[in-house]
Order: sequence, then C-alpha cells, then structure tokens
Amino acid sequence: MNVATLPPQEEIRTTPVSERLRKFFSAYGLWIVLLGLPVFYGIKDLQDEGDLSRLGNNLFAGLSNGAIWALIALGYTLVYGIIELINFAHGDVFMIGSFVAVGMWGTVGLALTTGTLGLIAGLLVTLIVAMVVCGTMNVMIERVAYRPLRSAPKLAPLITAVGFSFILQNVGIVWLGSSQKGVPDLIKAQHVLVSVAGIDIHNSDVLALAVTAPLVFLLTTFVNHSRSGKAMRATAQDPEAARLMGINVDTTISLTFLLGGLLAGAAGLVYALYQTNVWYFQGFTAGLIAFTAAVMGGIGNLKGAVIGGLIIGCIQQISDNRIGAQWTPAVVFAYLVLIMVFRPQGLVGEETREAG
Amino acid sequence: MSAINSNLESFRNWKHANLAIAVVLIGALAIFPLFKPPLDGFIDDCVLALAYVVMALGLNIVVGFAGLLDLGFVAFYAFGSYAAGWFASDFFSSINGEKGIHIGAGTFASTLPGIHLNFLLVLVAAVIITSIAGMIIGLPTLRLRGDYIAIVTLAFGEIIGRFAVNGQIGGFKYTNGRQAISPVDALDLPLLKEFDSAFSIRGYYWVALTMVAFSLFVNFRLRDSRLGRAWIAIREDEVAAVSMGIPLVKTKLMAYAAGAAFGGLSGAFLGTYFNSVNANQFQFAFSIFILSMVILGGLGSIWGTVLGAITLSFINSYFIPDVFNGIPGSLGLDFDLTQLSFGIFGFLLVMVMILRPEGLLPEKRRRLELKEGIGADEAIVEVRA
Repeated sequence: MNVATLPPQEEIRTTPVSERLRKFFSAYGLWIVLLGLPVFYGIKDLQDEGDLSRLGNNLFAGLSNGAIWALIALGYTLVYGIIELINFAHGDVFMIGSFVAVGMWGTVGLALTTGTLGLIAGLLVTLIVAMVVCGTMNVMIERVAYRPLRSAPKLAPLITAVGFSFILQNVGIVWLGSSQKGVPDLIKAQHVLVSVAGIDIHNSDVLALAVTAPLVFLLTTFVNHSRSGKAMRATAQDPEAARLMGINVDTTISLTFLLGGLLAGAAGLVYALYQTNVWYFQGFTAGLIAFTAAVMGGIGNLKGAVIGGLIIGCIQQISDNRIGAQWTPAVVFAYLVLIMVFRPQGLVGEETREAG
Repeated sequence: MSAINSNLESFRNWKHANLAIAVVLIGALAIFPLFKPPLDGFIDDCVLALAYVVMALGLNIVVGFAGLLDLGFVAFYAFGSYAAGWFASDFFSSINGEKGIHIGAGTFASTLPGIHLNFLLVLVAAVIITSIAGMIIGLPTLRLRGDYIAIVTLAFGEIIGRFAVNGQIGGFKYTNGRQAISPVDALDLPLLKEFDSAFSIRGYYWVALTMVAFSLFVNFRLRDSRLGRAWIAIREDEVAAVSMGIPLVKTKLMAYAAGAAFGGLSGAFLGTYFNSVNANQFQFAFSIFILSMVILGGLGSIWGTVLGAITLSFINSYFIPDVFNGIPGSLGLDFDLTQLSFGIFGFLLVMVMILRPEGLLPEKRRRLELKEGIGADEAIVEVRA
C-alpha cells in the first residue's frame, strides 16, 4: 500500500465543509424556515406602516386558531407515540365531533337568544357529549381496524386508517349533506372583546384558549403523573417489555385512543363555534394541518404537538392574510415537506426509527 | 371426465399455452366493441377501466414493487392531463403571434391558435413531464421510511392539486382551474382518420387497449429486469439491499419516475378522451381510488392490479350509478349512492386488509410472507422493537 496517497492527519480531524453545512442545516434549518415568514413580513410592515400591529394581529389570531390544531395534533402524536401509526381517520373523528356538537345545540336548545349563563352551561354539556362520543368512536375504530392488524406489515393499518377516514367522511355526507353548512354564531365569534396594543382579542380567541389550555394541562398531568399515564409511556417505549412488567398493552392502547378522541371532540366543538360553519371535508384538511403540526413539533412528543399547532396556526394566518387564502394549504404542505427535508425528527423530538 | 382432465393437463403442459390463451383473450377484447353500438355506455365504461388499469400499473411499480407508499399519485394524473391540455388545445392561444404551433396535428386542429401536437407527441411530453415530476417528488422522501413517505407524497399531491385549482401566479396563467381547459384536440393518429367521439368511441377503446397491452409488456419486463429485482430487494429489506450493492437513490428515483410515467400516459389519454382538463378531477380521493385498485388486486402482482382496476372501475362507473343506486330509495332512505362511492371504497379497503390482506390475486412472494409466516417474524420484530 502506498503511504503517500493517504491524506495527512490534519485533514482527517477537521470535518469537511459539506458535513458542517449539513449539521448546521439539520440543527437550525427548520428554525430559519419557520422564522422566515414572520420576519420578512415584520420588516415589510415596519417599512410600510411603521408598526407591527398587523403582524401582531396575525400572530395572535394564529395562536388561537393554532390552539384547535394543537388539540387535534395531540391525538396524532399520542397514537403515533404508542403504536407508530399515522391515524389517518383522526381528522374525521374531529369532524364528527363538530357535527355532534352542532346537533347537540339543537337538542339542548341553545340559540342566539340564550343568556350567558345558559350558554355556558349548555356548551359545557355539548362539550362533554362531543368528547365522549369521539373518544368512544376512536376506541371502536382501533378495536375494529387496527388491533387485528397489530402484527401485520406496517402498511396494512395505515391503509385501513385511510379506509375509515373515507367511511367517516361519507357518514358526514349522509348526516349534513355535501356542502358547507352555516351554524348559529352562538358566541358572536367576531365580536372584539378588548384591544391590547393594537391587537384585537375576539370572543372566539378567548373560547379557543379557554378550552384548550385546561385540556392540555389535564392531559400532560395525566400522562406524566398518573399510573395509567406511566403505563402509556412504558408501552410507547417498549410494548414487549411493558407486557412483561404486567401492563395490559391492549387496554393501554385503547386508553390512548380514548384520550385522542376526547381531545378531537373538544376541538370539534371549538371549531364549530370558531368558524361558524361545518362540512364533511373539514376533517381531512384539519387532519393534515394537525399532522403537520405534530411532525413539526416532533411526533410522539406532547409538548411538541402543542408548539407545532401554535406555529402552524400562525403560518396559516400570515398566509391567509398576506399571500391569499387560496394558497394557504399549499403553503402549509410546503412546510410539511420542508420539515421532512431539514428535520424529520421535529423541533423538540428525538430521532425516531422512521425518520432517522 | 378423466379424458377432459388429461386433455386439460396436456394443454397446460403445452409450451405456448399461456400465449394461446393471451391471443384468444386479446382477440376477444379487441373485437367485442364491434358488436355494440358505437356510442354504447358499456364501451365508455370499458375505456375508463382500461385507462385506470394503466394508471394502477404505474402505482403498482411504486407501491407494489418498490414498497414506497405513494398517496399523491393524483399529481401525475394532473401532469399527464395538463400535458394534453397544454400541448393539444388552444390554451396558449397567444403563442407564435396567435398563429399557433402545429406538429402533426389533425386537419381541424391545424387551423386553430395555440400549441397542437400529435397525440403520440403529447404522450411523449406527458411521460417526460411526469417522470421528472416523479423524481422531484421522490427526492425529499429518500431519507425517510414507511409512513413518512406516504405523508410527503400526499402533501405534494395536495400542493399540485392546489396549484391546478388556483391556475395563476402573478400574471401568468397556466391552468383554467375549475373552468377547465376545453376542448382538447380529438385523438389523431398518423395514417388513420381523425377520431370523432361524437360518432364512435370504439377508436378510443382500441387505443386504450393498446396502451394497456404496452404497459403490461413493459411492466413484466421491468419486474424481471435487474432494476425490478432491485426494487423488490429494497421493498423486502432496505439495509440488506444496500449492502448487496444496490444504489438506493437511483433505484428509488427510478421507481418514482417509472410509476409516474404510466400515470402521465393514462392522464394524457383521459384528458383527450374527456375532451377537457378540469382542476376538480385532481383530488386526494383519486389517489386513494387508484391505490384501492392495487391493494384489492394484490400489492406487487401485475395481474392482480389489472383485476383490481377493472373491478373498482366498473363498481364506480357501472354498478354504483346504474345498478345499486335504486337501493337506498327503495329502502326509504333519501341519499344519492354516487355521493358515497368513496365510503364504499373505504369500506372495501378495510375489509380487504382485514380479511384478505394479500389481495385477490396475490404475488407469490407476498402470499408466502403473509400466509406462511416467512418474514412475518421480522415484521413483528420491527413493530415491537
């Protein structure tokens, strides 16, 4: 062997530029991509209008909108964390949640004339009903469509999930027809409650945050501190070892689907009040957006799903307001692709086997 | 009885038995439209079924052979159709000083402004555009595995669909969105009279049949080629395939490109056949429609895919609207069954996966995996690990 052809020691130790660039982009690429949009429009606002109130309004509306995505994203992330399945039907469970909520208003007798106290009580009942219905439905879907395929190749449950997504959408079509349906604006969603530093806070924003924050708090407490939550985390880490430790894996997985469904039901109610219209296709779009959020935060990570949801909400609002609402889905999905390219493990997630 | 059996046995052992069956079958398929009225609805259903067969064969390369779950196949349908819309209609009417560009166009099309290429050239254009698009869509998925690929391709499909609907960036208009690019030039082949769909759709049927025969031939050759074996090796075990020296990037991109090319072929044909290219056609549901065909037939199985495509196409265009649509009404229910066709497909997907995950006509290797547990242990290890 010719020793002279070996590179000198120095060059071996220093990493090549391409490698360093790759590391830089995998660490900061996603942050650069994420901050690009608000920073660009922030500078533009400062130049054109001299203050940031328009961007601030966008971002705040984005946060309250993102709260809904966060609720749905939590369902994706919980399920993916435990059985590594993209639960495609989750968005449609959320849609059914909206439909149940709208149906319940009629049953409870909520109308535009109902007083504040009656409204809060009525909505609370609706919320609980929507949550329970969606939770139960999610558990049943798992029982019927995913559990029999637990040991099948990974493509199989994904395909049944897509199948169930279509079934639920068609349930929606039979239920309320195939066009968008306006619902009574019970909470006067667009009424400006207060205005702080040029940022308008609407009733809908308050509602979204008031429902989301306690639920997220309850969920994280449950997962992190209860006995069942501990079982969930153990199963997510290693189902076989968890079983050996005496954890009932099937029950734990059902519990996970129940939690995801409960949150999707709550999101369904908030969405119906927030957007004041529902239709069968909302679940598909919302599901994809929420999945993007979950991936952005790092799938399998609860904190990540919430952060991702809020960020996606902001991106969506900025895009709606500046680029045009007809391009928003393309912008969100472009972000999804960019995340996959730069940082498939997400903002706060660890490397998973799938994305690694 | 035993005489028939032994005759059958000797026929099976005859070297050219398969060929003989194929010739008889193709002959029967080719002449049957002559016994139907030239505009018969059944021929129309058959043309659609054949076009979907080509598309499903393309998706089968990506999902069945290479094991890359593509949920954005509609993107290639869109690109193929727009190849017909751009290069065989008066869409770009201001080009070349409103005189248009004509290469081998039919007698009527030659007088119109816009780009008018011969159908065969449109097919070539569609194949080129879709294979490039396929590779571009494939690029970000190279580092990913499993269901992440599904999501990225799905996102791309949605982005392309959104671009098709919006139709305009700045001042440049590249599609007519939901208004549709129409009319598209009639199918016109060299040496033959121009096809006129107002009088007969038999010609379209024969062209579609030829495309299916061509696609089948290419698919079988591809599957048994070096590249095809590389795809199957990657599907079975990526790490092992790479360590045996299979170039991962090239092989995967070739799978995307080849699959996309068939989608483009079929898309260009359908754009011409429908005589319009409308952005409404390019929705996620269509990707699932094609995927259901591949799964119903049996992932990776070429004949299975053909069977699955024909079955679902006829369910969609014949059984649901014409045969079963009366049922809800007669049961006293008030809804239109055609609206629910995708619910029915969803139900089929779930049922097939649970009851017969290997599909109707499974590929030999996959049947072994699923039924006899070869490789199944590995799958459990993968899920549990």
